[in-house]
Amino acid sequence: MNSINTKYIVRFILLVVLQVVLFNHINFLGYINPYIYILFVIFYPTNNSRLLFIGISFFLGLAIDLFSDSGGIHAAAAVTIAYLRPGFLKFAFGTMYEHNHVKFDNTDFGAKVIYVAMLTFIHHLILFALEIFNSSRILYMLQKTLFSGIFTILMIVLISIIFSRQTK
Amino acid sequence: MQQILNFIIRNKNFLLFLLLFSISLLFTFQTRSYHRSKFINSANFLTGGVYNTANDVSAYFNLKSQNQLLAKENKRLNQLVFNTVIDTATYTASTSVNYKFNTAHIIRNSYTNSNNFLLINKGSNDSIKEDFGVISSLGVIGIVDHVSANYATVISILNSKSRISAKLKKTNHFGSLTWNGKSANTIQLTDVEKIAPVAVGDTIVTSGRSSIFPKDIPIGIVSNTTLDATENFHEIDITLFNDMTNLEHVYTIENVDKKEIKALLEGLNE
Repeated sequence: MNSINTKYIVRFILLVVLQVVLFNHINFLGYINPYIYILFVIFYPTNNSRLLFIGISFFLGLAIDLFSDSGGIHAAAAVTIAYLRPGFLKFAFGTMYEHNHVKFDNTDFGAKVIYVAMLTFIHHLILFALEIFNSSRILYMLQKTLFSGIFTILMIVLISIIFSRQTK
Repeated sequence: MQQILNFIIRNKNFLLFLLLFSISLLFTFQTRSYHRSKFINSANFLTGGVYNTANDVSAYFNLKSQNQLLAKENKRLNQLVFNTVIDTATYTASTSVNYKFNTAHIIRNSYTNSNNFLLINKGSNDSIKEDFGVISSLGVIGIVDHVSANYATVISILNSKSRISAKLKKTNHFGSLTWNGKSANTIQLTDVEKIAPVAVGDTIVTSGRSSIFPKDIPIGIVSNTTLDATENFHEIDITLFNDMTNLEHVYTIENVDKKEIKALLEGLNE
């Protein structure tokens, strides 16, 4: 139990540092950055306390906000996907989630991509809506959501393939 | 009472979500107003330390281009110094210093968001205070927002809440600089009277009307002008002299007379 906790603490710190030092400065085509820190929220184990999970997600977002001087936009987006996650788990994994043991290492690849994509787009939509916060620039906001979203999904799927344990 | 408790226990996840979401919205809207983001800003020991370490490494990659920039500036200053004839007879009359300059390093640059902040490696230990101006060798960068012991955040001119007073160099017509968030090398000058003769290619400089920047610091050149919706004011697009994407060495400006100016203005308002 203790080693699992340590694993998630290390993952939390590593993702925050990677995000603020590396991934916030990619600026692909001028303005497209992946937000890979939501990997923590997406792949957090499903059988833990939801209250704790929502709390941790909030502090993850707040840590990113602290580094990027963005107020609370990352915290708002992260806490929203943390709260909405069970619905998407049910949608993507169906019966497997009902029996309360989704192991992300050995789920169907297609279902996993759909699950990651949905959470990522919701996160990015809230993030950029709060960041831009201007009704005359909705098109720009949607464009940013789409491009950054695709980049984030690519990165998260890649990372999950590289670091997943093959249990066959 | 029992029912209220039951309701809270049944909906505890939703209530916690609602609470945390409203807290983050509060933080978000606090940063929209000037000097209000008390808790969430990167001028502190932890974030400053991380960015400083990262910058120690990444600074090596653009040493060459930064050195060229500094050499160019030295050349310009040398030309000024050795071509100015100083009349020693009258010189003693005007030795008062109005603006104090200090060097600083940008350790975090940002230009892709709609509200960009920079982080510099000087803080209150180096007597940096709120509302100091920040410029580079090529022009205006921004205004100091929050200060900690060793770091300070700077509101970039690429920030929707930044309003710096600027004027046409040729005719002294003034307006305020805003940014529409579209491109990192174009900002907008608004509130310039319709009668002002604005042409593409005109130089825009700071107006010196605020107590933050001295007069005539370069900003950029006019690239496009239109009239605004009411057709009373110009909306001018300005191409910046600065490349906001590769900033490194900057100067902070302290206005020595600021206290006096502020006291005078506050006296007027009473």
